[in-house]
Amino acid sequence: MAMLHIVNKSPFERVAFESCLRYVKAGDSILMIEDASVGAIEGTKFADQLKAAMADTSVYVLGGDLAARGMSEDRMIEGIKSVDYAGFVELVADNEKTQSWV
Amino acid sequence: MIFTVMVNEGPYQHQSSDSALAFTRAALAEGHTIFRVFFYNDGVNNGTRLAVPPKDDRELQKEWSALAKEHDLDMVICIAAAQRRGLMDASEAERQGLDANNIIDGFHISGLGQLIEGSIQSDRTVVFGD
Amino acid sequence: MATKKFMYVNRKAPYGTVYALEALEVVLIAAAFEQDISLAFIDDGVYQIAKGQNTDGIGMKNFSATYKALGDYDINKIFVEKESLDERGMTADDLMDLVWEDEDDDWAEKPSIKIVSRAEMADVLADQDVHYSF
Repeated sequence: MAMLHIVNKSPFERVAFESCLRYVKAGDSILMIEDASVGAIEGTKFADQLKAAMADTSVYVLGGDLAARGMSEDRMIEGIKSVDYAGFVELVADNEKTQSWV
Repeated sequence: MIFTVMVNEGPYQHQSSDSALAFTRAALAEGHTIFRVFFYNDGVNNGTRLAVPPKDDRELQKEWSALAKEHDLDMVICIAAAQRRGLMDASEAERQGLDANNIIDGFHISGLGQLIEGSIQSDRTVVFGD
Repeated sequence: MATKKFMYVNRKAPYGTVYALEALEVVLIAAAFEQDISLAFIDDGVYQIAKGQNTDGIGMKNFSATYKALGDYDINKIFVEKESLDERGMTADDLMDLVWEDEDDDWAEKPSIKIVSRAEMADVLADQDVHYSF
């Protein structure tokens, strides 16, 4: 019963992303949208936490949100996949349920 | 697949209205069914027809309204949240003895039960908020 | 109508924003739909069910008593994350006494609140069909 965790808060400003990481189960997926997209960047103080979660979960970022914040995809942590809104819809369909960490 | 989308933030203040709109468009484009879009919390402000954003900005309320028209979407504004925030359709304004209403075409005001029913009838519920 | 498992995830303190109050309004309406309802209190959400809330100084309605009525609507699966309490210097004693009456057990009064570890809460969340987040 895989779950899609949708995160929209920057990990540098709010605890929502950290809380989400503590609840992610093996086989779940995480999608970073809006301000959470900056969490995809390699070398930040948050990167190690996210990489640890990536051992058994798939992590995605809404590419448009990352680009809007001036961050190019070549700065992303290796293994994170960039998706568009069609990809977002596909993730929702592919997971039995979604939880938004607002 | 059948989706219900919940929008909990107002336009412009927060990106959630933009995100929900783009998601809803994409879901429709991918051939999915939108059972209902339910607007709650400050999300009810997506339903006003009195917003006049600057010319070079997007017009979120009108875009939602146009999408509803194009796809015959059921877009519900929560009555309890709407009353708190001054969102009124004609009949509600009359019932409350108010001199104006401000709902844009495509939205209608109804109860929270519409949200629960939407989630029961849909395969997925996706929440956009702050 | 089919029965689904509905989870209300509450992660914000009351009063500073309207989310706690309006989440409660959804919960009360949902009770009429005879669905399987659970509430989770995580992070600052634990302040929503803290006892002794007094809003005299802020001019806002104290709606905390409404949580006590949830038992009357057969909403009695209230999960509180222990780590969130710990992080805030709180214990179960700081929470309101939320109870329900079990009609299958001679209307015995039983606690609605279950304090669970983060790992247990993760299992609870994974076991739901619909997640409303406030």
